[in-house]
Amino acid sequence: MAHPTVAVLERNLTVYRRVWRASVMSSFVLPVLFLLSIGLGVGGYVGEVGGVDYLAWIVPGVLAVTAFQMAVGECTYAVLGDFKWVRSYHAMRATPVAIRDMIAGWLLYILLRVEIAVVVFLGVTAAFGALRSPWALVTPLIAGLLALSVAAPVTAFAATIEHDTYFALLFRFVMIPSTLFAGVFFPVEQLPDVIKPLAYASPLWHAVELCRAATLGGAPPWPVLLHVAYLAAFAVAGLAWAGRAFRARLQD
Amino acid sequence: MFQLVSDQPLILARGLAKRFGDFTAVDGIDVSVAPGEAFGFLGPNGAGKSSTMRMISCVSLPTSGELRIFGMDPAVDGSAIRARLGVCPQLDNLDPDLSVRENLTTYARYFGLSRAEARRRADELLEFARLTEKAGSRVEPLSGGMKRRLTIARAMVNDPELVLLDEPTTGLDPQARHLLWERLFRLKQQGTTLVLTTHYMDEAEQLCDRLVVMDGGRIVAEGSPRALIETYSTAEVVELRFGQIRPADIVGKLEGIGERADPLPDRVLLYTADGDAAVAEVTRRGLQPSSVLVRRSTLEDVFLHLTGRTLVD
Repeated sequence: MAHPTVAVLERNLTVYRRVWRASVMSSFVLPVLFLLSIGLGVGGYVGEVGGVDYLAWIVPGVLAVTAFQMAVGECTYAVLGDFKWVRSYHAMRATPVAIRDMIAGWLLYILLRVEIAVVVFLGVTAAFGALRSPWALVTPLIAGLLALSVAAPVTAFAATIEHDTYFALLFRFVMIPSTLFAGVFFPVEQLPDVIKPLAYASPLWHAVELCRAATLGGAPPWPVLLHVAYLAAFAVAGLAWAGRAFRARLQD
Repeated sequence: MFQLVSDQPLILARGLAKRFGDFTAVDGIDVSVAPGEAFGFLGPNGAGKSSTMRMISCVSLPTSGELRIFGMDPAVDGSAIRARLGVCPQLDNLDPDLSVRENLTTYARYFGLSRAEARRRADELLEFARLTEKAGSRVEPLSGGMKRRLTIARAMVNDPELVLLDEPTTGLDPQARHLLWERLFRLKQQGTTLVLTTHYMDEAEQLCDRLVVMDGGRIVAEGSPRALIETYSTAEVVELRFGQIRPADIVGKLEGIGERADPLPDRVLLYTADGDAAVAEVTRRGLQPSSVLVRRSTLEDVFLHLTGRTLVD
């Protein structure tokens, strides 16, 4: 007998099979376009960063930011919609599916989506010769951890709010600043000292540094375990929050 | 597996109450539903029917009182109870992007059916809901009646012992309602226990063996539709309209005709054992109603008598 978590994962994949075309651009094409325009275009002026050409330097950043943006983007409208408009969580609630199955089935789905996008991206960048170390093979694991650390709290947030205008705040004040200042396009050391802690606070920065250490074959600024623990802490806290948010929404 | 065949009620509620802050939605009700019964909660909007149904379907925990479904406590065994329930909610929550068939197979998987079993069950239920021809269609463009039928078919996917229907035909056109009633009647004949809420009298009379009338969170009457009518109403009702004259002004002149007269804003209801005799008496008194209708008593009259209000305002 299939575990209810698997049944929820299957449902999410079945829905995706119906709507996947809309996501091809953002999941697969956009990251590569990003890489080409910034990596080659801007890279032509920048030259080298940290001893490697700029393209190879930003590849791990763009990889991590792809996972990050997917995790944020996919867990906003889709989750709120499944509570408010489709009410598919209410439908599941009338079955033996438990709240932990709903959350686990959802996050597994996000994880799968992110992993596919990341592996495709990794293949493309390998063709560009931008991967400099066999450790690059662990980047899907890092991207997966990042995706969970972001998807869990964003899912919880989406399950908490009543109106989608809050997502605009999330995009403007969390997602875009993170993308710009978490060491994806330039080293965080370039930032003024007062702003640096904001970069360190973002899970994205930790994943960017881990990925960069992996693809270029170096050591990240903090001990690997500390970066990983930071991401894991986000994921665990997000899961707890999501459990409470789902329960508040589905049970009285 | 060894199973006791008993008259143990599928639903047993004692002093069941649900409060939201200061608001009391359900105010201490006693209900018992036996296997094979078709049981109805009848009442206007806000009577507490849906709150009661949500407690029975284990998504809302009682504030006080006792509730047992299949002899189990929803607060402890919610998942085990839900595995044996079929729930048709008031608001459709089908997956609009999925096909009709996918909605059934996906839901079947929530109950742990294998993929093959889910497909087989979906075929049967498509047949039952008369949606076989729509199997591959997305749900979005279906009519309200088809969506409702699909929701009911979906509720049957786990072969439930008890099916809960919260206002199953609200918002449907008469033809769709009759088709739905016919499908539900078939379930009833197969021995499935049905519990439904409705604010339609005709629906309750069509489907329910037994029902309770709820008002303000309380049960105000209980019995079979026929018994309720016999207890709280008369065999026949005469509806009299008097054009410009206000019903309240004319009701004094009807004294002594039938058992009693109820003035409504637009008409007077005259409760009597013999409608034609009552009409003859009205005419004999020289009253000239602009329209006269003699009909059999319905649950609507019972409700009006019990609560002083009509059901659907």
